[in-house]
Amino acid sequence: MKFILNAIYQIQELALLTWRVVRGLFRPPLYGREILMQMDVLGVGSLTIILLTGFFTGGVLALNSANTLQKFGVQSVTGELVATSLIRELGPVLTCLMLAGRVGSGIAAELGSMLVSEQIDAMRALGTDPIKKLVTPRIIALVTMAPTLTVICDLVGTMGGMLVSTTMLHQPSSTYLASAKRAVDYNEIIGGLIKPTVFGFIIAIIGCYSGLSTRGGTVGVGRSTTRSVVVSSILIIAVDFLLSKMIISVLLES
Amino acid sequence: MSGNHYAIEFQGVSLAFDGNVILNRVSFGVRYGEAKIVMGGSGTGKSTLLRLTLGLIKPDEGRILIDGEDITDYSEEKMMEVRGKVGMVFQEGALFDSLSVYDNVAYRLRETRVAESEIGSIVMRMLRFVDLEDAAGKMPNELSGGMRRRVGIARALVGNPKIILYDEPTAGLDPITARTICELVLKLRDLEEVSSIFVTHRLQDIDVLSREYVMRDDRGDIVFMHEDETLCLLNTQFIMLREGNVIFNGTDEELRASGDPYIRKFLA
Repeated sequence: MKFILNAIYQIQELALLTWRVVRGLFRPPLYGREILMQMDVLGVGSLTIILLTGFFTGGVLALNSANTLQKFGVQSVTGELVATSLIRELGPVLTCLMLAGRVGSGIAAELGSMLVSEQIDAMRALGTDPIKKLVTPRIIALVTMAPTLTVICDLVGTMGGMLVSTTMLHQPSSTYLASAKRAVDYNEIIGGLIKPTVFGFIIAIIGCYSGLSTRGGTVGVGRSTTRSVVVSSILIIAVDFLLSKMIISVLLES
Repeated sequence: MSGNHYAIEFQGVSLAFDGNVILNRVSFGVRYGEAKIVMGGSGTGKSTLLRLTLGLIKPDEGRILIDGEDITDYSEEKMMEVRGKVGMVFQEGALFDSLSVYDNVAYRLRETRVAESEIGSIVMRMLRFVDLEDAAGKMPNELSGGMRRRVGIARALVGNPKIILYDEPTAGLDPITARTICELVLKLRDLEEVSSIFVTHRLQDIDVLSREYVMRDDRGDIVFMHEDETLCLLNTQFIMLREGNVIFNGTDEELRASGDPYIRKFLA
């Protein structure tokens, strides 16, 4: 019973935080400088791990699928398989799981440390709304940067797949690219962008909420950090299922 | 002031967390220009008083008035305006780690969109007041505990608030640094007529704040004076908290003469 009540309480608090963020968007001040800084720190700062993740995922997809495709004599569609898998599923999910690990944990740790060292109270005492100053910029940054990084991941992944196909599977690059091009249409791209936008929001709001609800000093900061990664990763995977179902029925089947 | 005698007033304020009573019908007032020293053991609700005063938490019952204005039911947005009148010095300074000393002190000015050309002179004046002009470019992690508290004081002074709340600003400091902090409090009390609540459980602070005062001599220099037989300081009063109740409210002379066993033990 206590667990259920606690879960309801957490959901209520999360909804309240989201509402305060949304309401704050329409009231000045909007911390533009802070938003740009967070886009740089959270987005540009994650570029390296996203490039590596995308490249190797594309490569391994090509490697694994080529054997099976060869059995059916359709090795020429490797590009299509790699690009579709990346755009629909692996690009958004892997990018955002990496972001949850790198950025979500960082947000929870930073805000949690600020809370236990009374910096959040000091901010309020100095007349600043911490939601507007700390939470909103992080949410805007991740909602914009997660899709951007996903596109980069998709592109680099497709290139990684091409490198494996041409060098290890001895497939002409033109065949791979022509096949990959067939996979890309507007609906696929829109579907592939909706997911990271939602996931970016999940990572930011869970990270901020975990940090701002830290209890119990520095040990609590550790707990908040772990909780933020675990909850946002599980939510990403669960929401991915629901979004996939919706995207397939609305965009791809029509 | 319009007939109101108090800069800060608590009227029957109660607060409980998870069934534990933190404050029980606490009533007191801080007159304009007065320093109210709040004492009591750990966990008696001293810091909670300050958080309530700033509206960082809301009481379960009772009213809180700042400068005659009842802030009890104010929304967070409305409280932001009231907080402009109040400065708070946090226990460990609570400086923003990512900002330099200069930027920490300039924080409130930048938030209120003061021109950058004005900010420089105000920040340096505040840092000069706490004798930390040379530390302007340093980051908080390069400062000692005492320096952090002094930067905290400088930051709280920006905007010239007439009410300042000190949350154990001398805790864990060596006697010389603690004395420096108390001298700053005296200067603000006697020269700037700042009303304040000073939370502490150090007897040395009590001695300095209740027996010394500051004035300017003929040349305009600041001099520290001791209260003697002919003079009794009235602008410093004491409150003793015990388990959320106010068990004493009065002057240092009355405090020292109290027969209450808890107070006797506290002052021993």
